[in-house]
Amino acid sequence: MPSWAELSISNAQTPADTIMAASIITEIKAAGVEYVITLPDIVTSKSLLTPIATDRDFRHIKVCKEDEGVGICAGLSFCDKRALLLIQHTGLLDSINAIKTVAVEYSLPICIMVGLLGKEIDRTPNNSENCGVRIVEPILDAMGVKYHLLETESDAPLIGLAIHEAYRSSMPMTMLLGRPPRISP
Amino acid sequence: MRRDHCIAALTRHRTDQIVVAAYNAAFDLMRIQPHPLNYLSVGAMGLASSHALGLAMGRPDKQVIVLDGDGSLLMNLGSLVTIAEAAPRNLIHFVCENGTYEANGGHPIPGHGKISFAGAAKAAGIERVYEYSELANFESDIGGLLRAKGPVFATLKVEPGEPSPVDWDYIHGPDTRVNFKAALRQASSS
Repeated sequence: MPSWAELSISNAQTPADTIMAASIITEIKAAGVEYVITLPDIVTSKSLLTPIATDRDFRHIKVCKEDEGVGICAGLSFCDKRALLLIQHTGLLDSINAIKTVAVEYSLPICIMVGLLGKEIDRTPNNSENCGVRIVEPILDAMGVKYHLLETESDAPLIGLAIHEAYRSSMPMTMLLGRPPRISP
Repeated sequence: MRRDHCIAALTRHRTDQIVVAAYNAAFDLMRIQPHPLNYLSVGAMGLASSHALGLAMGRPDKQVIVLDGDGSLLMNLGSLVTIAEAAPRNLIHFVCENGTYEANGGHPIPGHGKISFAGAAKAAGIERVYEYSELANFESDIGGLLRAKGPVFATLKVEPGEPSPVDWDYIHGPDTRVNFKAALRQASSS
């Protein structure tokens, strides 16, 4: 089994039906996201962060720690600006108090895209041998945060729908990237 | 100098700025100057400066003032680097340094008497950095600070003042955020 670091920089070993990075970016833009707040994650480093950082359709904000991004997204939401926080699941786990308080208890539309570093391609997150990956969904369930697993190209339309619903309902939402997005077909 | 006196001095110069206030500074602000653009729901300790950065980026037409605590800022020191990098012209970050976790029993912060928050801000890349321990100096400068190109950072070395009523339910309540959002939508460009 190749490592995620290897998979993230090469399309060669990702399944052919894996979600395309370009599809993700197209969906994010179509959903009206203007600000992308990031802390680099090897799962999305080359496929998403690199193009987003240079895409003039986005305002890119680099943070030093993931929970900063929760506060920044909150402030932007009061300005009627749509934002996406792009992080790794380790950063999600490190930000639980911020998500619990600012996103859940304050009912704010904080949208988070999370790379599941260490998740095996042939397993669901709940059945991963990686402890961090395995506990992500139960923690989100416990907090009442909606999540969507993104793995195949057919999952791409979920992105726009989920972002629109988060802002319509003013509730947080996470998208879990179960595979490194493919960079080219 | 007292924190509530510093906040009172600030409010005498306030026009239409958003003021993000953390914990006890929020209670002082609520007592001294209730205002529709007071942003009080910072939630998790340490995130006031991050909320403020989001507001400053989202509303570049509005000046955003942060009244942070020293214990709070220690939880989010990286935000100084993030703010320096983003470089919002409309953000002024005050940290009220009293050397204690005032909202949690008054225990001393780590590094009290050793850390320089102004030094940390300068080292993080914020160019306009100030430190005040005398109210007269702060009162003399505050007008200029509000006119300066941001980001601006200033340490206010304070001691406890007149206790303000504590109302956590108001700070965390939904009406506080609903009313702020409505006020911000209505606020015209300055």
